[in-house]
Amino acid sequence: MTDLAELYQDIILDHSKQPRNFGELSEANRHADGYNPLCGDHIEVWIRIDDDHVGKVHFSGSACAICTASASMMSQALQGKSHEESGVLFEQMRQMLAGTGDGDIDQSGLGKLAALGGVRRYPMRVKCATLPWHTFKAALDENTGQPVTTEQ
Amino acid sequence: MGVVTTKPACLPLDVGRIRHDFPILSAQVHGHPLVYLDNAATSQKPSVVLDALHAYYTQSNSNINRGVHALGERATEAYAKARDVVQLFLNAQSVGEIVFTRGTTEAINLVAQAYGASHLKVGDRVLISQMEHHSNIVPWQMVCQQTGAGLDVIPVSDDGELMMGRFESQLTDRTKIVAIAHISNAIGTVNPVSKIIQAAHANGAVVLLDAAQSISHMAIDVQSLDCDFLAFSGHKTYGPTGIGVLYGKAALLADMTPYQGGGGMIRSVGFDQTTYRDPPDRFEAGTPNIAGAIGLAAAIGYMNQVGLPRISAYEADLLDYALQGLESVEKLRLIGRASNRAASVSFVIDGIHPHDIGTILDDEGVAIRAGHHCAQPLMSRLGIPATARASIAMYNTKHEVDALVRAIQRAIEVFGV
Repeated sequence: MTDLAELYQDIILDHSKQPRNFGELSEANRHADGYNPLCGDHIEVWIRIDDDHVGKVHFSGSACAICTASASMMSQALQGKSHEESGVLFEQMRQMLAGTGDGDIDQSGLGKLAALGGVRRYPMRVKCATLPWHTFKAALDENTGQPVTTEQ
Repeated sequence: MGVVTTKPACLPLDVGRIRHDFPILSAQVHGHPLVYLDNAATSQKPSVVLDALHAYYTQSNSNINRGVHALGERATEAYAKARDVVQLFLNAQSVGEIVFTRGTTEAINLVAQAYGASHLKVGDRVLISQMEHHSNIVPWQMVCQQTGAGLDVIPVSDDGELMMGRFESQLTDRTKIVAIAHISNAIGTVNPVSKIIQAAHANGAVVLLDAAQSISHMAIDVQSLDCDFLAFSGHKTYGPTGIGVLYGKAALLADMTPYQGGGGMIRSVGFDQTTYRDPPDRFEAGTPNIAGAIGLAAAIGYMNQVGLPRISAYEADLLDYALQGLESVEKLRLIGRASNRAASVSFVIDGIHPHDIGTILDDEGVAIRAGHHCAQPLMSRLGIPATARASIAMYNTKHEVDALVRAIQRAIEVFGV
């Protein structure tokens, strides 16, 4: 598979065109905004947390295929996870997306999310994929005084 | 009487010869010949510029205006000569009207602070437009906050043109500064700057022209335009990064306070009193970008040799060809349809975000820009978050435009829209 074909796999295109869990979540009790100031992408993430478990994750916003697919797949993967499990998955994704070599990345347990790994070959696009995850983490940790941004 | 030789304007530009002068254009990207269409972001550099930088650092490198040694003299002379080249290029009245800066952004900030901060007061207005680059918005917001002046914004039509009727009513005797882009970096609109300058002057306002996008595409004569300030960057004009120019009318510069303090801008320093040098030195504190100025002069020499009228004619022809090619792509929508436009084309494709277009085009060796182009207010006005932008320079070819159109078609295939 070429790098481009790996980046835009069918599952990525599918999620970008028909994002799951898209739109505001009325019963949400956590929310955060995420911005990529370099490109202007903006997403919002809503979470319903019950008894330390992620009930539902929704998102909305205007973003590229990579960011939208990452957010959509994230919203499915996190459903039902405990706070701690979510943190572990966040860290695994962060390592896979921002990592540099194939060898040291543990993709076990990522399931379909591993499809997002193609972004590693596109350093300019890594932040597109990580933005939803950082926004989710900020909402989960209620660290929402400032919107999440890819640039500090 | 000497023999006058002129370059006949009818001879078209020899793009093959020009491409040969730009070493980077023979590069391969992802296994394809590089098609560089991101010239509005920065242009590539011809060998004469690279050679000038190399020659400076290997033969003349020294600080200027201080050492009494041979290298110091050479560097000082080369830096002064670079300023002369810019003066002639812009047809400024005197060399003192040419201030070297880091780029357009610093030039605008310089005017906002060294002119705006001391000339604006509560109730005064600064007039900009909705299509400005952030660098011609934020410095004015900052100085308005400092002085209590207000910011007015000329609106933009659906086609991406300034609404001149609104401009005329927004321009009042309270308007002290009009700061306007000559050409929109995001959508290529060429603004009617002569009309704007005349109207502003009739109302007693000074005009700053952001020429970042025009300077390498059309001949500019600051005296016939009668702009009060003009800013441009070296790196968009085939020169190095980190060097730019502020032109200012001598009388205005003479009346301005320094922008930054330091060495090179003072006449004498005492703890009780410090006096400043005349413009342009007053505005160039610290060791300037000597190599950059020399490189910029070489780039201007190169543009002069090709001839800006010839460059304009060639690019206009290529723009027509590019518009035809892009309009033939069914799903593509051009953003900005000004009747007077430069060779920079913004577009969107429904169902494919500009970043994804950019990545797929890059895979084909085609470099374009995707994003908001540092013009978020314009994007909001046009109701889009971002565009893809292909911007042309004198070394681009019809063959490259074909490659662009093919790559866009591939993006459409990949996304199946």
